[in-house]
Parts: sequence; structure tokens; C-alpha cells
Amino acid sequence: MNKMETMTGAKALMKAMEKEGVKQVFGLPGGANLPMYDEFARCDIRHILARHEQSAAHMADGFGRVSRKPGVCFATSGPGATNVLTGIATAQADSSPMVVVTGQVAVNMIGRDAFQESDIIGMANPVVKYSFQPRTAGEIPGVVRKGFYIAETGRPGPVLIDIPKDVQINKAEMTFPEEFKIQGYHPWTDPDIVAVEKALDMLLNSEKPIILAGGGTIISSAFAELQAVAEALMLPVVTTFKGKGAFPETHPLSLGPIGMHGHAEANKMMAEADCVLAIGTRFSDRSIGTFEAFEKRLKIIHMDVDPAEIGKNQTAQIAVIGDVKVSLRIMIKLLLQRSIKKTEESIWIKHVKETKAYWKENLKIHPGEMSSAKILRKLREILPKESIITTEVGQHQMWASLFYDVIQPGTFFSSTGLGTMGWGFPASIGAKVARPDVPVVDIAGDGSFAMTENSLATAVLEDIPVIVFILNNSILGMVAQWQRTFYDRRMIGVDQQHCPDYVKLAESYGAQGIRAQSMDELDKAIKTALSSDVATVIDIPIDPEEDVLPFVAPGTSLSEMILPS
Amino acid sequence: MWAILSILVENKPGILFKITHLFRARNFNIDSISVGVTENPDYSRMTITTFGDEKRIDQIIKQLDKMIDTIDVKRLDEHKTVYRELSIFKIKISDANDSMDVNKLANAYGGKVHDVKKDSIMVELTATPDQIKAFEELVKPFGIIDVARTGVAALQRSGT
Repeated sequence: MNKMETMTGAKALMKAMEKEGVKQVFGLPGGANLPMYDEFARCDIRHILARHEQSAAHMADGFGRVSRKPGVCFATSGPGATNVLTGIATAQADSSPMVVVTGQVAVNMIGRDAFQESDIIGMANPVVKYSFQPRTAGEIPGVVRKGFYIAETGRPGPVLIDIPKDVQINKAEMTFPEEFKIQGYHPWTDPDIVAVEKALDMLLNSEKPIILAGGGTIISSAFAELQAVAEALMLPVVTTFKGKGAFPETHPLSLGPIGMHGHAEANKMMAEADCVLAIGTRFSDRSIGTFEAFEKRLKIIHMDVDPAEIGKNQTAQIAVIGDVKVSLRIMIKLLLQRSIKKTEESIWIKHVKETKAYWKENLKIHPGEMSSAKILRKLREILPKESIITTEVGQHQMWASLFYDVIQPGTFFSSTGLGTMGWGFPASIGAKVARPDVPVVDIAGDGSFAMTENSLATAVLEDIPVIVFILNNSILGMVAQWQRTFYDRRMIGVDQQHCPDYVKLAESYGAQGIRAQSMDELDKAIKTALSSDVATVIDIPIDPEEDVLPFVAPGTSLSEMILPS
Repeated sequence: MWAILSILVENKPGILFKITHLFRARNFNIDSISVGVTENPDYSRMTITTFGDEKRIDQIIKQLDKMIDTIDVKRLDEHKTVYRELSIFKIKISDANDSMDVNKLANAYGGKVHDVKKDSIMVELTATPDQIKAFEELVKPFGIIDVARTGVAALQRSGT
């Protein structure tokens, strides 16, 4: 215990956050969080002003995913807090570490329907990892310590700290605890070595084994471990969409993401495999199609940090509970002990490589100069390999999954679980704050970008030069694709009618706006954006009729892909 | 399948809300719930009875265990557990014979008779949910005016 100091709750909050290593907060001020805001005048934490609380939360989320430290966002009570909800739910769905601090009406006003009062603790309950509402100022240092610990340990997630205004203002004798106890929280389990051994034997005894790497592999940054296991056992690697880039997509064993819009070769091989080593994945419906068809077909080895994921969507023959990095390291140790290092290609791996080569050669892409495939391959060709990508949600997101190869693991982030349109741009701002040394590009669609485009003000005024790369079909493309496919081309509520003009919009915020209508213009635009020190919007008009293919229709299995004709 | 879950939680405001919210959000069923403070005032024990197939009950337990506010989550084996529920029945009677018959049934089930009026009688019965159900069937012909039940409280026997 440190020595006691008397200070306000608001000051204690900032001090406690400094102790957690917080360098910046994304947020918006309002009546109920002014005492906290006033402390920015007296501390070293940078405040980055968002233009909407949802965007502030996505910025914190983007920061958290890239830095693997909780991103922090501030919002006021009432509408400020409810605006944050979508951001919290997005972080929860994708297990992103985040601390959200909301102002609340004074303790004696709670429950009286006061101005800008909302029961944010109650509303946020199903989408937070945990929440706190300190009722006295003296609780704040302990709450912050526990909040950050919970947010970043085990399976990460968002933590909400809702602080009534009087609790911010009141003074108390503060102690900043180093040690603390959370009796009901056990974030890590030591993996069972025997289970890992059995898993290895099962892989060795299978004819057609495959690795399915999920988002947990990225959260755990188990990149080297995954690659070592895949190479030693010569296993093909598919990923979930959230796991995209857990394994270098240029590696000969990589097949890319499976799922509704997975790579053809990945879905084909996943459908043929007889045993899967599933690492840090919750087997979402978008990844595996129908649950029943999947688990009936093959043996499942499931590694996950969250015991509740075991058996939730799929029944595993072998479960290894624990941080997947630790579990994989145990497997590597066993491989070394038993001197297992495959050098000869099995019939299966030959078949995998042939299938991959076939689809690389034969997957038809949209004709025309400005197809999504050509545009995204051009982006990949120019961007340095360490560049960070975020995406919005929609067709462009799935095209990014199909046509943008991640070379350096852990450089691709997307709202994959909740599928929040408007996530990518503010998240790219958070990502750039975490990694100012690398280019950060938000691969966007026009519909999705429109949802949080006012974050351009943040990017420009706070000097955070990200690149927004809009594949602009002037339509809510994924919805339009479903209307074309399942609703007899009745196109309702999707046409954006070329409004607004994104080049002019960018310029009105003081950002750089460039339209690229040919591959030459695109080449120049990307290079201009990379060498520019201001946020840049590249607007790329594309054909509104282009579909995302392959497509596994909802409720079907991965073997039933719709392919380009 | 029926299951009795015994959940030790921190005795703090809002926990009951979180537990019931979890059941709603995950599409689980609560058959009955009872909550009371333990011998240590820092903790409360919740006893929830629920139903579902084996996989589902396993998932309920894991999700409850994952909650930070739960200290211990146990599925009790009903054969090794003392479990009881308190129920109060208000039953219609039309004459002295009815009154005697209800009295006999109450005695047979170990119930207590309260508040005998000329047109109604109240019976307090502490028993297993099955026994309460059986008693309910037997007094139904008289006419049940109201029933209040507490939900199950349960503890595993020592040494099992």
C-alpha cells in the first residue's frame, strides 16, 4: 500500500489510469463527466475528441486490439452513455480489451429520472465483461485497478465504470492498491498436458488434419507458435474471418479464411478434412455454416482460453483450456521431445496444394478494370507489409478477406462478431494512435463509412493521418447482393445515389480527398496518401452489381458454395 | 432433464439481476429460484432449478461459472441432496367435511393448517417439488384459490 493522499474522485481516476499506463483517452465531454474532464488540465493523459460517443468507443477498441492494452473512452451520462453501447457490444463480440468511463447523475438523484440519467449499468449488462459503479470516491483507485485487470486478462473484453457526478467531486483519503483480490475471477487455466498429448496423437493419426485458427490466436499473439506447429506437422492452415492473418497468407500452407465468404480452397479443404485443430475460435455460424453438419463430419480438438466456449457451438473430442499460446508451446515441446518434423508431403497435403493452386488459377473475378480484386491486390502490392488494416462492414470487408493477403500476422482487424457498420474508420484512428509508425488503412464501403464519417474531424484536428480506402458502389452492397440473390432483385432501401461526394466531404474537414477511376489513378492515389501527413480519403467508384463470391448461403454447409459463374 | 444448481455469489446489489439476465440472454429456463444470505454475510446462496438436455445444462453451468460475481457453481445430485420448497395453498371449502378432508391430506403430507375460515382453508407445506405437485393434484377438486411457492432451497449431504 502506498501512503494515503486526499484528493477528489476525478483526480484519483486520472492518477489510477496513469498508473495503468494510459496515455490517451478518446471521448466527449458533457454535464455529468465535467469534473473528470477538468482533470485533463492537470495530468499528462492526452484527450482525443471524438464527434460521437460510438466513434470514441470504436477508437478505444481499435487502440486496444492493436496494442493489446485496454483502450479508454469517456462519455457523459444519459445519451452519451447509450451512444457508447454499440461500441461496447462490438468490443464484447470480438473480445477486445476496453475501459469505458461514463459520468452518471449524482448518487442521490439515481432512480429519479433525472436529466440525462440512464441506467447504463443495467443496459450494458449483457455486453460488458464487467461493470462498476463506485458510490464513494475512495473506491475509485481499486475499481480502476480491477477494471483494467479484468479488461485485459483471460479472454479480454470491455469494462464499464459508471461514476456518479458527486463521487467524481467528493474528496477522500486515497490508497492506490497494488494487490487486490477478485474471488470469482480465474482468467487463466494451465493447459492440461495430457490433453495436448492426446491432441497431438489425434493429429498424427488422422489422414486429413487441418488447423483452424481463430481470433484467439491473434489476441494471444501466438503467431510464431502456430507457424511452428503447422510447419512441423505440415498441416494446412485455414482461419476464421476474425483469425484472418493469424498465419501469413502468403505461406505455402495457408489457405485463408473459411466461412460464408471464405476462400474457395479453404472451404473445400475444411469440408474434406477429418480432424481439425481449432485454436481460439467459437465456431461462429458465419465461419462454419450449419452447426450439425460440421461436428458430425470430423473430429474436433478445441483449444480456448474460455471454458464456456468448449461445447457451446461444437462438441470437441479433445478440449485444451488455457491461453492458446501456452497450449501451443506445450505441443511444440512435445514435437521436439519426439523429434517430429515432417519433411515429406502426405497425399493430403499434396491434394491441398493442388486445390489451392487450382483456385488461385481458376476463381473467376469480376471483369472490368476496377474490380474489387484488382483494386485490393493493388493496395496490397503498394502497402508495406507491416501496415495495419481495419475494415468497415459489408461487401468491401469480404472482398478484403478474399483479395488482400495479410503478410505480417496480426495486422488485420475488423468488426467480425457484431458486424458494426461504421467501426473501421474510428478504429483505424485508434490503431494509428497505437502504432503511429506504420501506415493504417481503413478498407471501407461508402455505406459503412457514412455512419462515422465525422471522425474525419478527429483525424484532421488531432493529426492522426489514416487512409480511408472507399470501394464506392453507391449502394448498401451486401444488402443489395442478398436482394439480388434471395429477393428477386427487389432493391429496397439500398441506393445511396452518389450522395455525398466523398472527395468534397474530405476536403471540407481539411482532409485530403482523391478520386481514383483507373488503376493508374489508384496507384498514384495510394502513393500520395502514404507520403501525406494528413488523413486521406481515396474514393474509388466501382460497379454496384459486383457480388462477393464465393458465397455459402445461410443455413447451408461449407461444401455448398455458390461460385462465380 | 431437471437440475438443481447451487450458486454461491457475493452478497452485493445487482447480482440477482445479472444471473436472471444471463438466463434470459442465453435462452435458458429458470424453473424456480430462491436466494438467501449464507452464514457468512458476505455471500448469498442462490438455488436455481432448471431443465434442458445434458449439453445445455453443462453450458448453463459454464456460463454461470464464467460470471465474475459467482464464487462457486455446483450441480447438485438430487439423490445426495436435501432439497425442499415451501408452499402455501389457499383452498376453497364448502362444508365441515371438506375441511376435515383437507386437514387429513395436509397431515398425510406433513403440512400445517392455518387460517381456517368457513369458506377457505390455508395449508403450509414444505416438501420436494414432486410432493407439492402431488398434493396440488389431490386438493384441486376442492378448488384452489391461490398458491405461493418459494422455489427450492438445497444443500448436498456431508460426505457425498
